[in-house]
Amino acid sequence: MQAIRTWLSPLIRARRSAPRQAGRRRRERWARRFMGALTLGTVLLVPLLAAALVVRAWPILAARPLSELLFSTDWHPLKGQFGFYPFIMGTLWVTAVAMIIAVPPSLLTAIFLAEYAPERLRAVAKPLIDLLAGIPSVVYGVWGMLTVVPAIERYIAPAVQGSLGAVPLFRSDNPTGYGVLAGGVVLAVMVFPSIIAVAEEVVRAVPDGLRDASLALGATRWQTVRNVVMRRAWPGVAAAVILGLSRALGETMAVLMVVGNMPRVPGSIFDAAYPLTALIANNYGEMMSIPLYDAALLAAALILLLIVVGFNIASRLVLIRLTPAK
Amino acid sequence: MYKPHIRIEDLKAWYGNGQALKGITADVPEHQITAIIGPSGCGKTTLLRCLNRLLEEAQATRVSGHVWLDGTDIYGPGVDVTEVRTRVGMLAPKPFPLPMSIYDNVAYGRRIHGLQRTLDKGNGRNLDRIVQHYLQAAGLWEEVKDRLHDPASGLSTGQQQRLCLARALAVEPEVLLCDEPTSALDPISAQGIEEQLLALKEGTTIVLVTHLLRQARRLADHIIFLWMGELVETGPAEQIFHSAQDERTRAYVAGNIG
Repeated sequence: MQAIRTWLSPLIRARRSAPRQAGRRRRERWARRFMGALTLGTVLLVPLLAAALVVRAWPILAARPLSELLFSTDWHPLKGQFGFYPFIMGTLWVTAVAMIIAVPPSLLTAIFLAEYAPERLRAVAKPLIDLLAGIPSVVYGVWGMLTVVPAIERYIAPAVQGSLGAVPLFRSDNPTGYGVLAGGVVLAVMVFPSIIAVAEEVVRAVPDGLRDASLALGATRWQTVRNVVMRRAWPGVAAAVILGLSRALGETMAVLMVVGNMPRVPGSIFDAAYPLTALIANNYGEMMSIPLYDAALLAAALILLLIVVGFNIASRLVLIRLTPAK
Repeated sequence: MYKPHIRIEDLKAWYGNGQALKGITADVPEHQITAIIGPSGCGKTTLLRCLNRLLEEAQATRVSGHVWLDGTDIYGPGVDVTEVRTRVGMLAPKPFPLPMSIYDNVAYGRRIHGLQRTLDKGNGRNLDRIVQHYLQAAGLWEEVKDRLHDPASGLSTGQQQRLCLARALAVEPEVLLCDEPTSALDPISAQGIEEQLLALKEGTTIVLVTHLLRQARRLADHIIFLWMGELVETGPAEQIFHSAQDERTRAYVAGNIG
């Protein structure tokens, strides 16, 4: 048996290895090319998208000065007036309110899960929080209409305006609950899970040796978290917040259902607003016979894209500046 | 005869369902260096981390038994664990400088205990003096005195370990636990740390975990020898190294096993 095998071995090796080797190399080459092409396609999506938007928005960009588009408050498509300022401010107001509501509790939740919660609690809580991120946004919108809007209309707005009505931030002639605050609350609930999930990972990634060093000096958990863990983790935590911010800026359906959709610059958290996303989703495909209307809506999309990209770049630059070199 | 600073009594420890320490009873003499020796996985580090109650910070660990520190059981009811850890300092195998300046690393322990409020009133000169004193005690002062406010992460590993020593000493612990404190260091830095430890035992009780028999021979006055989570033998270094009672101890110190 052994002798036969020895005698055959050159043949076996030749039959097995030469074609096999070539096949292996070919598969390796193609796998690499295929995956590389997919990666390239994904990376190219952003510039392609931006280019397409510029082309489609070009008629209005060429016909109106940029300053008028960005800073005029007159939105009268039938009269040919396209001022995006109310929509830009609507997006910024709703997003700002959402982040103010969402960031502190989600960071504290992330810290609790990473630093305090026993393993068993974390094992239950983490999947539930991730599930929250998977709920379709229209469900959040319905929840906002059925719960948040009436609560603001009946309780929150009267209470706040009764005590702090003189403060411009809270003064409003909008009696419905539909407005910036409702949009902010709904958005806040939507960005909680993504901020929590990323921030928790980042906090957990801080090496245990660093925690031990602080605890072994007699520091309490909270002192350790505040002075050591968060100091180390904060660039990553900031990235988690930026992720939430990007999601809040782009969220459409849930916001559209509760913000009131009035093309006016909001001056208070109880005023109605009309974010860019809602403008596009509500109007695209309708009244397309109005001259320049189609181009105007795509210009709105372009502005939104630029705001998101701008926030991302700005925050990344700030992070790079503030992160000490290793 | 020695005066015991720490008495370990029937100490047991578990990670999940696995028992890492199976009832250890031993003394740590005051103002001496006690080395905990034994082969890998015998529970050296676990025992050490029980002495400042750091073990319980890890998930799913459990400890039973007593550790008497100057007559008080640190596992007794109503004991403030931060106070235990203020009295019992620690030096880890790898230096972990806190993400702050050299100065702030040394001042950290003082600050979290609010000690600066009494010592540091006014211009902070007292804290400055404390920082300088302990950087000198750790043999690092000359190298860093001109860049105290630079980030500690910029120091070399050897310097970082001396910084961690200064940081631990600045809280003025009675006991210093050292967990293989030279294992990440080059021979010169390691020698530096060993010299600091020898100088420190004048006023501090030192417990040293080491897997280096030669290091134990150089430094230790007293030995605790563990084997698979059990105490095999404990006593003065002289006795353990030259006239051990147990077969395993003799084999281990001769270098035949472990």
